[in-house]
Amino acid sequence: MQASGAKVGVLALQGSTRLHVLALAELGAEPVEVRRPVDLAGVDALIVPGGESTTLALLVDSSGLRPALEDRLAEGLPVLGTCAGMILCATEVLDGRADQAGLGAVDIDVRRNAFGRQRDSFEADLDIEGMPGGRFPAVFIRAPVVTRAGPDVEVLARLAEGPVLCRSGAVMVAAFHPELGGDLRLHQSFLERI
Amino acid sequence: MATSNESSRDQANESTGEAGYRPLTGTLRLKRGLAAMLEGGVVMDVVDADQAKVAEDAGAVAVMALERVPADIRRHGGVARMSDPAMIEAIKAAVTVPVMAKARIGHFAEAQVLEALGVDFIDESEVLTPADEAHHIDKWAFGVPFVCGATTLGEALRRISEGAALIRSKGEAGTGNIVEAVRHLRAITGDIRRLSVADPAERYEWAKRLPAPIDLVTEVAEAGALPVPLFCAGGIATPADAALVMQLGARSVFVGSGIFKSADPPRMARAIVEATTHHHDPALVAKVSRGLGEAMPGLEVSTLDTRLADRGW
Repeated sequence: MQASGAKVGVLALQGSTRLHVLALAELGAEPVEVRRPVDLAGVDALIVPGGESTTLALLVDSSGLRPALEDRLAEGLPVLGTCAGMILCATEVLDGRADQAGLGAVDIDVRRNAFGRQRDSFEADLDIEGMPGGRFPAVFIRAPVVTRAGPDVEVLARLAEGPVLCRSGAVMVAAFHPELGGDLRLHQSFLERI
Repeated sequence: MATSNESSRDQANESTGEAGYRPLTGTLRLKRGLAAMLEGGVVMDVVDADQAKVAEDAGAVAVMALERVPADIRRHGGVARMSDPAMIEAIKAAVTVPVMAKARIGHFAEAQVLEALGVDFIDESEVLTPADEAHHIDKWAFGVPFVCGATTLGEALRRISEGAALIRSKGEAGTGNIVEAVRHLRAITGDIRRLSVADPAERYEWAKRLPAPIDLVTEVAEAGALPVPLFCAGGIATPADAALVMQLGARSVFVGSGIFKSADPPRMARAIVEATTHHHDPALVAKVSRGLGEAMPGLEVSTLDTRLADRGW
């Protein structure tokens, strides 16, 4: 499917939903805010934004979205998860709350707040495999890191601490915030694969 | 003006990086970025580690560590200061969500202490007794982001010009009365709407009248929004209060006394989180509001001896 006109859901429970909606609109996709299971009907792809992963996990459960998301994921729904979204898509969450279960959309384990607190948040230019146009300005805010990537997971970018951008099938997860950096190449490459 | 100050900080950052790989920290983008990550959420006042855990369990996006909630500060009187570092550290150790703490208006040394403690956000707050009656903290001098209160668009833009990464409407803290929060939100969002349709030549008069720097006035006029997120604080006591201010244009809420002065804090906290996310869904707000028990006791604003919202210049 062409990126232009694709209906892309953005999880709108908490976090940087607004910025992803702006990015999608700029690229000609049709953003759809997802708060309830019914909102997932008819979306061609989904973005799980940055935010607070403990809050997001709790609201995914209370809104009844978890089973609906699991069903769509099993059907191969393309998903882009950024920061908290990466944590939500993971299989195993380290340093999270005991009851914090990932959706298992991609076979990775992640460590929350792996780089430290806000004072350790940073911007860095990343080499991303297969991305034209030079290094990518990546914004890491209280960011997670991947501690284990399964055999089917491609690591597209890494820092000394571990992988920070991974892809497996239709699911791409980033430890950083492409919605904050003013560079839409990552959104573009996600839309191109829908 | 504001941006040039910040870019000098960024340049300093870059020059230290020349010797080897060293990423940028404390930049404008990182400060405003953390503020954006808190959108659609509830920041809860907590006075100890147990309350912090209750708040995190209920889905708080961050906690505000302080020794007394505003309702008690109001009752106690006297001078309200930055909290004990030991108490802030205990709260940092208890939760994984961001931890905020308050410094007095203009008290940059308290802010330096809070930055050294590694808090994630500093609230330069009118809830504490002001330390400087003319100047706010120069927030560009810090790597940690700041949130400041505002009652008008002019006040919001003056705080942003000083480096605030997040603005909250002030309301009247510790009253459980939403009327001032509504007044301040409507004042700010109403002026943003009027400014965004004003003739470009009228922006200079806006800058004089607010008063605020012309470059920020121009930025708001063109974007139709503040350059940082606008949250709401001061007087939120129920899920419906949260739904009200979210529909009036707030992107998140701060709840102070409203949770731990209510009859059932864990349930009230959870209900306000749900109502903030689903503020456009009255059936859901009704569902979470059912049987919560007593909200915090409220105060009529006209009877107050001290109006905290008047602090700030």
